[in-house]
Amino acid sequence: MDLIEIFLESIGTLTINKMRTALATLGIIIGIGSVIALVSLGQGSQKAVAQQIQSLGSNLLTVMPGSQSSNGVRGAMGGSTSLTLEDAKAIAASTEITAVKNVSPELSRRAQITAGRNNTNTQIYGVTAIYSEVRKTTLSSGSFITSRDVESMAKVAVLGPQVVTDLFGENANPIGKTIRVEGLALRIIGITTAKGGSGFQNQDDIIYVPLTTAQKLIFGVKYISTISIEAKSENVMTDAQNQVGYFLLARHKLNDPTQADFSIMSQNDILNTASQITGTFTALLSGIAAISLLVGGIGIMNIMLVTVTERTREIGLRKALGAKKKIIITQFLIESIILTFAGGILGMVLGVIISFIVSKIISLPFTIAVSSVVLAIGVSGVIGIVFGWYPAQRAASLQPIEALRYE
Amino acid sequence: MITVSHLSKIYKNADTETVALDDVSFEIKKGEFVAIMGPSGSGKSTLMHILGALDSPTKGKYILDGYDISKLNDDELADIRNRKIGFIFQAYNLLPRISALKNVMLPMSYAGIAKEERIEKAKKYLKMVGLENRMNHTSSQLSGGQQQRVAIARGLAMNPSILLADEPTGNLASVQGQEIMEIFEKLHKQGHTIIMITHEPEIAKHAKRIIKILDGKIVKN
Repeated sequence: MDLIEIFLESIGTLTINKMRTALATLGIIIGIGSVIALVSLGQGSQKAVAQQIQSLGSNLLTVMPGSQSSNGVRGAMGGSTSLTLEDAKAIAASTEITAVKNVSPELSRRAQITAGRNNTNTQIYGVTAIYSEVRKTTLSSGSFITSRDVESMAKVAVLGPQVVTDLFGENANPIGKTIRVEGLALRIIGITTAKGGSGFQNQDDIIYVPLTTAQKLIFGVKYISTISIEAKSENVMTDAQNQVGYFLLARHKLNDPTQADFSIMSQNDILNTASQITGTFTALLSGIAAISLLVGGIGIMNIMLVTVTERTREIGLRKALGAKKKIIITQFLIESIILTFAGGILGMVLGVIISFIVSKIISLPFTIAVSSVVLAIGVSGVIGIVFGWYPAQRAASLQPIEALRYE
Repeated sequence: MITVSHLSKIYKNADTETVALDDVSFEIKKGEFVAIMGPSGSGKSTLMHILGALDSPTKGKYILDGYDISKLNDDELADIRNRKIGFIFQAYNLLPRISALKNVMLPMSYAGIAKEERIEKAKKYLKMVGLENRMNHTSSQLSGGQQQRVAIARGLAMNPSILLADEPTGNLASVQGQEIMEIFEKLHKQGHTIIMITHEPEIAKHAKRIIKILDGKIVKN
């Protein structure tokens, strides 16, 4: 009796009790499905974050207020007020700093915006004219904030396309119209090109205003929240980071670099931090999914034990007719492997469908890692062996006379 | 062919001992048709289990075709059952849901015989018991007598040294039982060795030799 015959026989046996087979498989389907869906969504969001961070430019440094922690991650964002516009101006003006091309001071905060009857809550960016060059912002219509706007505290705003849709409806052209931010009326002078994307910062759901307007007229603060620095090239990133770092230490009259009241991160630092966070989340969620897989495996074992008891007479007969232990074990193991393997394949399909739908809904890039698919199918096979082993052993060690007598 | 010498089987419970077989000795030669008779509880089923290599004796020797059955392990016993013994049970014990043909093929598949040969032989034996038109029926589509004939074909499939029938007509109406006994007589004439266990004298008289057993001992041979 070869494996193919045993396999065909097992398929026959499993189709007799279709409902039970389906329910036993369901546990594995759900387990494998959720592992695949969560892993691929995790990888998708990791990819989205990476794309977004890289789209900002690879020779970008970000100076943020607050103390440096052990692995380069700051404490509470915006919790510190140690950076000022003067810091940014001094960096730009310094002759010691040679590796830096552009310096863009920024102040960002959330605020309520109204236009007529509509209102939305979005991110306000106080910026200077250089921002559009450093952050590669392009406009679909109108013009960006100019140096003169910043000097004169002009009451103007550049809107992201999402904000335009929220306030004026789709495909509207609101240039020249007025919006109100914290009671201050601003005239719309430009609209940025749609960048798409979402994740932790939607580039389309932003309003840009002159930095001075934001500081003095809207929020009434003196500090800035970040200084974006564009290095002359990717190769001088380290130089730029060091030069800016020592310059600011001296300017803030600090001797010990560990006492710095600011931190400088490159895009790579941010990328690493972000992927560490998403990686941890993915691992955690996959761990939970793996538990459901384990429960599914126990379900398979349960069903197989019931099957062995039900078929005691059959097993006895097979042994009386000359079936050796190995054949009985193989027969029951193959049955449980078919159950888990079928569950694995169906679960994989389910997982792919779920992650496809979810990634469309929350607009993440859709990725299916081959490794996770191979792993899930391999794992489902292994579950069949592990949880089928005990029932199969039990079947094989039945004594033929006892089994034949069993009613 | 079969030599049983000083065979005893004792079942031990926590503190009681039940002697099922007590120092039984006999011989059965090739080609004999033997009936083992006795009332229920006489030990005839125990004897049948030992003769069928389904159970091992507590004491004594059982030699079948030169093999000392009392000394074999589980897998070796399975092999002996497969090649040397054809079982016919009271309740037929066919696998439900598979065809008569596949039931007859089953012992041959455990012996590793190629599929074509299995089909060919199974057809031959089913024809021999008069079921050439019922080969693809499952057991639920067959009458009791037909099921028992499938079981006989299955018993013959490996061309075993002995056919071991345990109350083969016990579940059948007398007409069907008669048909089964006619098949046994035909097989006996062809030279098969048949050991039949029964408590019905009507059935036992078809055999050429009767061993009577009572309280684990042979009372008449």
